[in-house]
Amino acid sequence: MSRVRSGYVRPIDFKHGRVDMTHGSGGRAMAQLIEELFLSEFDNEWLRAGNDSARIAMPAGRLVVATDSHVVSPLFFPGGDIGSLAVHGTINDVAMSGAAPLYLAATFVLEEGFPLADLKRIVASMAAASHAAGVPVVTGDTKVVEQGKGDGVFITTTGIGVVPEGIDIAGDRARPGDAILVSGTLGDHGVAIMSLRENLSFETTIESDSAALHGLVAAMVGAVPAIHCLRDPTRGGLATTLNELARQSGCGMVIRERDLPVKREVAAACEFLGLDPLYVANEGKLVAVAPAADAQRLLAAMRDHPLGRYAAIVGEAIEDPMHFVQMETSFGGRRNVDWLTGEQLPRIC
Amino acid sequence: MKYIDEFRDGELARVLAAAIAREARPGASYNLMEFCGGHTHAISRYGIKDLLPANVRMIHGPGCPVCVLPIGRIDNAIELASRPNVILATYADTMRVPASKGLSLMKAKARGADVRMVYSSADALKLARDNPSREVVFFAIGFETTTPPTAVAVREAAAQGLSNFSVFCNHVLTPAAIANILESREVRELGTVPLDGFVGPAHVSTVIGSQPYEYFAEEYQRPVVIAGFEPLDVMQAILMLVRQLNDGRAEVENEFTRAVTREGNVKAKALVAEVFELRRTFEWRGLGEVPYSALRIKEKYRAFDAEARYAIEYRSVPDNKACECGAILRGVKKPTDCKVFGTVCTPENPIGSCMVSSEGACAAHYTYGRFKDVPVVAGNAAP
Amino acid sequence: MCLAIPARVVALPEADTALIEVDGVRKRVSLSLVDGVAPGDYVIVHVGYALTRLDPEAAARTLALFAEAGIRASAA
Repeated sequence: MSRVRSGYVRPIDFKHGRVDMTHGSGGRAMAQLIEELFLSEFDNEWLRAGNDSARIAMPAGRLVVATDSHVVSPLFFPGGDIGSLAVHGTINDVAMSGAAPLYLAATFVLEEGFPLADLKRIVASMAAASHAAGVPVVTGDTKVVEQGKGDGVFITTTGIGVVPEGIDIAGDRARPGDAILVSGTLGDHGVAIMSLRENLSFETTIESDSAALHGLVAAMVGAVPAIHCLRDPTRGGLATTLNELARQSGCGMVIRERDLPVKREVAAACEFLGLDPLYVANEGKLVAVAPAADAQRLLAAMRDHPLGRYAAIVGEAIEDPMHFVQMETSFGGRRNVDWLTGEQLPRIC
Repeated sequence: MKYIDEFRDGELARVLAAAIAREARPGASYNLMEFCGGHTHAISRYGIKDLLPANVRMIHGPGCPVCVLPIGRIDNAIELASRPNVILATYADTMRVPASKGLSLMKAKARGADVRMVYSSADALKLARDNPSREVVFFAIGFETTTPPTAVAVREAAAQGLSNFSVFCNHVLTPAAIANILESREVRELGTVPLDGFVGPAHVSTVIGSQPYEYFAEEYQRPVVIAGFEPLDVMQAILMLVRQLNDGRAEVENEFTRAVTREGNVKAKALVAEVFELRRTFEWRGLGEVPYSALRIKEKYRAFDAEARYAIEYRSVPDNKACECGAILRGVKKPTDCKVFGTVCTPENPIGSCMVSSEGACAAHYTYGRFKDVPVVAGNAAP
Repeated sequence: MCLAIPARVVALPEADTALIEVDGVRKRVSLSLVDGVAPGDYVIVHVGYALTRLDPEAAARTLALFAEAGIRASAA
C-alpha cells in the first residue's frame, strides 16, 4: 500500500524541465523555483529572509546606483554567459564613479519553454561571479512571458555602491592635457561573441574579457585619487566611449594607434570581417582620464593589478571646440575616430 | 599578420611619401582616380592624403558595389524578403541601405521579413539545404571579385538539385564603369574633371587580370597602375603613376604582383562565363544606365534565377534632389561640395549612396576626414 | 571594394576545402576557384573563397621596391 509523504514536493527537474507560465504566476511553482534555484545558488541572509525587499544598513558616504539590462545573444560564449555578464556589467557601472559596489538586485524575464538546465547554468554563473566579486544579490524578481515574446531570458541588474569622500570622477571632468589610459586589450568580447554567430563562425581561442573591475578601480583610486574620468567601453567600443567623454567634457582627444593594445587574434578576426577593433565591445576593460602628472603612477598601479596587466597610455585630451576624437595612425597620417553608426556589421566590400 | 603588417609600415610610408614629393614636379598637377571603394577606405583610414604633396590629388571613383546599387533593386530585395515563404540571404553590407518608403532590409527584418546575414554564398546554399520547405534567395552584389563565389553557388545548387535556392543577381563590371567615367562629358569634352590616371582595383584584378585595363590606357591615353589593398601598395602605385605621367607614358603597370597576373584567375573567369551573361544595360545609382555593365544568369541556370522565378517588377527610383552622389561618384564633385553633406546626410541618416557604405566617398570622408574641413585650431592641426 | 585578406593554408580537410589561418584565427574556406593549393601556401580569401595563391617572392620584391624608393632618390 502506498503511503503519502506529508509535505513532499517533487523537486524541479532541472535536467529536462522547461519554464512555463506557472513559474511567473506567483503561486507555488514560482515559489519553488525561487527556493530551489535562486535561493540555493545565491544563498545569502537577505534572500533567506524571504521578503519582497532587502533591508540593508545605510553605508557612510555618497550613494551610487546603476542599472543595466542584458539581452546578449548567444547566451553562452567563451569566457562567460549572460549571467556573469549581468553581474560584472552592473558592478562595473557602479565602479566607474569610483564607488565600491555593495549590493545587487536582479530581475529575470523568462520565455515560456526556456530550458531549466540553461537557466540553472546561468544562475549558477551569476552566483559564482557575485561571490567572487563579494557583491551579493540581495533581492530580485521573476516573470514569464509567452513563447515568442522573449529571447530565452532577459536579465536586468541594479547595483548600489558608495563613493569615498574626496573622489570626484565623472564624464565631464576631462581637461586638455589630461592623459588617456586603457586597462588592457581591446575588442576581445565582441569578437568572442561574433565567433559564435551563425554564418560568421571561425575557430578561435578568443574569450570574452567579462570581469568585475571594482578591485582594479580601488587600486587606481588609491594610487591617484585625482582621476578625472572612468568609463567602461562596452557597446560601441573605445571609440564611442571616447567620443562620449569628449562631448561631455567639452574637449577633443588624440590617441595613437600604435599604443592601443589589441591581441593578434582579435586583430586578425577583425580583418576577416572588416571590423575596426576601436568599435568592438569590451566587458572587462576601462578607460581612465587623469592629469598628465599622475599618468605614470596610475599606469604602474594598473599594471600591478591582474586585470590591468596590459594597461597603456594611449593619448591625451586637447582643446578642440569640435570635440573630435582623432587618431595618429601607425601609418603616419591622422584621421577622425567617429561615433559608431548603428551596430557595427561585418562587411565584404 | 603576414603579408598585411609589412605593407602598413609607417617607416616605409615616410620613404614613399618623400619619393612622391620629390618626383612630383612643381607646377604640374597629378589628378588620380582610385576606382575601388576599398582603396577609398584605405586612403581615408590611414590618412594617406596627409602624406601626399598638394599637387597630387586623389579623386574617388564609383567602385563601391553597395553605393552603385539602385534604390529600386533594394526595393525588390525587400519585396522578396517580405514574401512569407522566402528567406533572403544577404551580405551585411546591404542591410542599412535606405530604400523607398523609409525602409531598409534591416527595418524590413524588424517588421518580420526573414532576412539573414551571411558571410559567404556557401552559407546561403546551406540555408537552402537546411530549410527544404522554404525558398532561399541569395542577394548577390559585388564586382568581379564577388561574382565567382556566386557562380560556384549556382553550380553547386544545380549539382545538388537544390530547387529551393535562387540568386537575385546584381553583379556589376569594372571596365564598363571606368569607360563610363572616361566617356562622361566632364572628362571627355569639357575637361572640367582633370583625370590623369587610375589606381586600379586590387582584388577585382586578381580575377580579371591586368589585361582588361590595356584598352583604357591605349584608347584614352591614361596610365593605370593596379595597386594592392594595403596603404603602402596604394602609395607605391601613386609613385608609379607620377613617374608614368612625368615620362609621358600611358601603360598598365601592376604593383600588386603578389596576387595579380596579366590573365588573372582563368578558372574563376571560366566559371563566371558558364553561369552568367551580359545584360544589355543596367542602372547604376549616380551614373544612370550603363551599357554592358552588369550580369544576369544564363538560360541554362534560369531555374536558379530569382528574377525568372518571381515576378519582380523593377521600378527606377530617383535620388533625392539635393543629393550630389552622381557627381561625386564620377569624380566631378567632392563630398564637401554637397549641400547636405554632414548636415542632413550622415552615416546615421544617409540620403545617398556615397554615405551608405563605409567605402563610399562621403562616408569615408565623414568618418575619417572631417577634422580637416574645420578651420585650423591650435591642437587639431594635422602634423 | 572587396575585402580580402592573405591567409596561410594549414590543412586540406575535405575536397575543395582549406583550413586557413591568420594569427591564430582559423576558418574553413572553399578552394573551388583555385587549383593546386598545398598546406603552407598563402591564399587571398574573399567571402569564404580562396581567390588566388599569393606569390611570396613577388611580395618580397614589392617590399624591396618600397625601400628602394628612398635609395633611388638619394642616388638621383
